Amino acid sequence: MCCEYDFHTYRKGNDMEFEIKPQRQFSLGLKELWEYRELFYFFTWRDVKVKYKQTALGFLWAIFQPLVMTLLFTLSIGKLIYGNVPLPLPYPVFVLSGFLLWNIFSGGLSNAGNSMVSNSGIIKKIYFPRLIVPASSILVSLVDFFMAFLVFVPVLYYYGCSFKITALFLVPLSLLLSVTATFGLGTFLAALNVKYRDFRYVLPFFIQALLFATPVIYPVKVSGNTWFQYLLQLNPMNAPIELFRSSVSGEAISLYSVVSSTAVSLLLFVIGIIYFRKTEGYFADLA
Amino acid sequence: MINHERQPYLSLRDSMMNLFKAGSSREVFWALQDVSVDVMPGDTVGIIGKNGAGKSTLLKILSKITPPTSGRIVGRGRIASLLEVGTGFHPELSGRENIFMNGSILGMKRVEILRNFDAIVDFAGVETFIDTPLKHYSSGMQLRLAFAVAAFLENEILIIDEVLAVGDAEFQKKCMGKMDDVSKSGRTILFVSHNMGSIAQLCKTGVLLANGRTQTIGKIDHVIRTYSELVNKDSSAGFHAVNRSGLGSVTVTDIVLNKNPIPAGERMVFEFHLSDAVKPANMHLDFRLDNFLGEKCIWISNKLLPQDTGSADTRIVRFELPRLNLNTGFYNLTYCLFKNGNVEDTAENCLSFEVIDNNFYENWSFPPREQSNILTEFETYYH
Repeated sequence: MCCEYDFHTYRKGNDMEFEIKPQRQFSLGLKELWEYRELFYFFTWRDVKVKYKQTALGFLWAIFQPLVMTLLFTLSIGKLIYGNVPLPLPYPVFVLSGFLLWNIFSGGLSNAGNSMVSNSGIIKKIYFPRLIVPASSILVSLVDFFMAFLVFVPVLYYYGCSFKITALFLVPLSLLLSVTATFGLGTFLAALNVKYRDFRYVLPFFIQALLFATPVIYPVKVSGNTWFQYLLQLNPMNAPIELFRSSVSGEAISLYSVVSSTAVSLLLFVIGIIYFRKTEGYFADLA
Repeated sequence: MINHERQPYLSLRDSMMNLFKAGSSREVFWALQDVSVDVMPGDTVGIIGKNGAGKSTLLKILSKITPPTSGRIVGRGRIASLLEVGTGFHPELSGRENIFMNGSILGMKRVEILRNFDAIVDFAGVETFIDTPLKHYSSGMQLRLAFAVAAFLENEILIIDEVLAVGDAEFQKKCMGKMDDVSKSGRTILFVSHNMGSIAQLCKTGVLLANGRTQTIGKIDHVIRTYSELVNKDSSAGFHAVNRSGLGSVTVTDIVLNKNPIPAGERMVFEFHLSDAVKPANMHLDFRLDNFLGEKCIWISNKLLPQDTGSADTRIVRFELPRLNLNTGFYNLTYCLFKNGNVEDTAENCLSFEVIDNNFYENWSFPPREQSNILTEFETYYH
């Protein structure tokens, strides 16, 4: 039809030109992600706005959750740990700091894990780099962190602690490591959940179980067994939590603890993104 | 590739079981094959075909939602796909927020949305409620807002799938008008619809898909004609109500024609068989004949005639047209059955027939098909 135009008379190499073909080579699609940065922003903005809509307390929930958990654990097992294990910080500060970071991980993980399914309407209809969906849902839990952080500072001073100068470096680093760990596992679970809905049921158990395998409510030294300590330190959330606490306590952290935990975190990050990118072509058919 | 035992989604257990199950039946299925189409800038192309012909798959590949297994598509310009209005609307967000969210999902840049914001709000007519959460909007308002956002997309290539099939007649008209403007502004439109009327109105060229292959490419009139012949050839089996709705306490089980194909000018009989006996006084049965473009030609109802208040229960309603006054071509029947004022059963395009050998005027001449669907008796005098 309409043969009066010759397609090849158009100059090639124009940046408006595109080609759709079967994907054979693996790529991260970073360029495309950058092109869609505005959508990324809008997704995050929407999730933040919607999260506490039609709740009486709104953003206060982001503050209450870690505070209530801290209270519960201080009253229940706080005394037990206090007498028996040397702690670098007063127990409430210790637990609250743990929960601040843990909530980035647990919140981010459960949001990201369900994100592809809950956004399936859009995914089936419109194309955009799919990584935006789990990524933005993880950023939402980072916003919660900053809300809760506002309360953390007064609690800190109430117990006579304060941030050391190293916090300027350690707090951002611990946040970066938390997000890396959450992102890796989150994208992996998001992709798995599209294909196997079993993960919707596995996820809450998994997160709950992981809490007790993470030094949130107890220090790593709670176990006398060195091997068990090594094992605990492989937890990807171990390094961020210890770095964050160290920014208040000033206590030195063992290199092994940071390196091993970060290595696991990076490994999960790579696996998560590769698996996600490899399977995302079929999300529209399965979501 | 399809797996014949595949569920809508898998569970881990299924995957594990399949590992141990030898030779589960797999078969290669090509949703599309040998589809090669050139679309020039500014073209409006209608993509038509029966259900399962591969229209939606083609659009999914074009809009990058599903990657192709083989082949390639080369294009210039930004593609926006309007596969459904209102995708990405969130009920908790206000109208203003949803415009930004939806626009962004459709691929608009923030500056583009800002530039067109007032025009969008104006087109949708929701100025007063712009800061109200969307959940308080009426469904009509939501629809208008969704279409307004899409209407102001500045992309060079638009892919539209059945979006105009929603809303009332007035709104559909408004949408078609806007789409006309868009196509006149020199942008390329790929349009998929089952409504041949709106395809004929909007598109200049057409692509007919059948079983995943291109059957015909060419001028839209020609393609639609080929399509309607294809549909009628397959549905010569007679009555086939696919999408019925209504209460269903009494339904139409069959519609029998005295002849198909039928010559114009002959007596035509439509016999409706009902599933249950109904008193004629309580029953209202109407049907409409549309031509192959979906244009309405004739509407007939038992209530048009002076009522015969017969109280005998009836299971068969017969309509007789002494001289069939339809021009040659294919026609589709749509009916609606009411009992005591409630819609019991209705189905669209559930029966097709062809009018042939037009001898209405008894000299084998008939008006050009594009000029008239119906024939009427008249006399000419010369003074």
